[in-house]
Amino acid sequence: MKWTLLCIVAVFALVASVVLGPAAVPLADLFRSDIVWNLRAPRALLAFLVGGSLGVAGASLQALVRNPLADPFLLGLSGGAGLGAVLAIALHIPGPWALPIAAFIGALAALGLVYRMGLIGGAALDPRILLLGGVAVGAFTAAITTAIVSLADAAELRNAFLWLWGGLSGASWDSVLLVALYAPIPLIVLFAASRSLDLLALGEEPAGYLGADVAAVKRRVYLAASLLTAAAVAVSGVIGFVGLVVPHVARLAWGHRHRALLPAAFIGGGALLAIADTLARTVVAPRELPVGVVTALIGVPVFTLLLRRWTVA
Amino acid sequence: MSALLELAGVRYRYPGATRDALAGVSLSVAARQFHAVLGPNGGGKTTLVRIALGALAPLQGRAVIDGRPAAGWARRELARIAGVVPQREDNLFPQRVRETVLLGRYAHLSLWGRERPEDHAAVDRALAACDIAQLGDRWVWSLSGGEYQRVRIARALAQEPRLLVLDEPGVSLDLKHEMGLFELVRGLVDTQGLAVLMITHDLNLAARFADSLLLLSDGRPVASGAPASVLTQEIVETVFSWPVAMQTIDGRPQMVPLRQPKEPVA
Repeated sequence: MKWTLLCIVAVFALVASVVLGPAAVPLADLFRSDIVWNLRAPRALLAFLVGGSLGVAGASLQALVRNPLADPFLLGLSGGAGLGAVLAIALHIPGPWALPIAAFIGALAALGLVYRMGLIGGAALDPRILLLGGVAVGAFTAAITTAIVSLADAAELRNAFLWLWGGLSGASWDSVLLVALYAPIPLIVLFAASRSLDLLALGEEPAGYLGADVAAVKRRVYLAASLLTAAAVAVSGVIGFVGLVVPHVARLAWGHRHRALLPAAFIGGGALLAIADTLARTVVAPRELPVGVVTALIGVPVFTLLLRRWTVA
Repeated sequence: MSALLELAGVRYRYPGATRDALAGVSLSVAARQFHAVLGPNGGGKTTLVRIALGALAPLQGRAVIDGRPAAGWARRELARIAGVVPQREDNLFPQRVRETVLLGRYAHLSLWGRERPEDHAAVDRALAACDIAQLGDRWVWSLSGGEYQRVRIARALAQEPRLLVLDEPGVSLDLKHEMGLFELVRGLVDTQGLAVLMITHDLNLAARFADSLLLLSDGRPVASGAPASVLTQEIVETVFSWPVAMQTIDGRPQMVPLRQPKEPVA
């Protein structure tokens, strides 16, 4: 029942984001329209893949760092990706893939740095250090990013600023294909870790006694969730709150067992971002809002409600 | 009968520590035996559990489970023969009793497979053995301390272990629930043939229920063997630095702490 409902919402979201848009395309011409076929369809699919990836990465990281209010971008990836992207903009690196590649490299660098910090306490990858390291790396990269942006000229500044708030306007069939080939690898790793994540929610020592190989699971989950987030941020910028709110809402309906929760977070995250992107394209048409603005405007009130629920319970 | 769990001459020191947390500790637990480890706080009891279960490897001596070094077991395989009720845990997410007990089956499930009928049957048996079948649908956070400990024991039983390890399971329970818990564990030893290793503060209950005691002080074994040979006035007063009187109930020694030392105890 709830799966059916979720799938209906997802299909509705995808259809809406193909049908709706600033350019009026008559329904009869929907399948012949260039706008639909080359702009809206890949953009809807990319939104779905990115949102789904963020949902799964968020749900997994929340169990890993033992904090149900963690966001996949909390671990410093957004800062690294932002720095990479802003550098590419400031240095005028040409080509359609310059920005995504620079952002991806920046995210990977931040990932490596935070991972290395997490190992400071020994080989056990301490989640508390991961969180603090993520915040520190995020602050540091944000400082450098701001320094570069402050020296850039006005047009560059606007581009960089908009990129940092996320957007899917760069979507193409190529980027859809790339994400569709890349994302399944970390997704399968995370789905395979579902039961270990259930155990990890009890704490590391009890999880080990119930059969989880704790150190290996933590490494796998951190790396897979981060690689997923890095790809998402590379193709779409920093889109906040999807990875935080979606797993939470999914837990209300599916419970905390990750075997059901992770697929639900994928479909739910995909649907949410497809809807948010449709809103971003249409509410101020012909201009466009960064989609991160829309997800934050939806996400923060929901987050506040959840926070209340969490602290009352 | 060969021992399921065997420690021989175990020594361990935490990295950076200046003295050994455990030294010269030996212990052997076989099926149908209830073995209790006692001692003052900081005496090395929890370190002993970690070494016994392979979470730490001894610097000297050996810890062997079912003929294999404890630290050499894959966690998943070990979880199928040793169930553990750790001292502390804190579930991040709200959970119902049945779901919590089902976590005990994870070591038996294949990577992508669902729970099979035999897994649910094992959960039912574990709930029944702990007398909490009626609590299955309750939220774990709504349980009393005594019910919660039973749920955690049921989860360990759902692993279908041959060895059950409990780390201070009676702490913060009232009289009825603490007695109930010891009766339950004793019953599991007698009826299901489990080997039990229990860490506990409670000298009297350990002496009443366990077959064999090991008394640790500062990580060193002070006495071990049958309750009557371990729980003597002299040993208890020395280890706990407090005068006691001894009585006998059901043929087991019981100690009563006295008020105010009559003479200073060394």
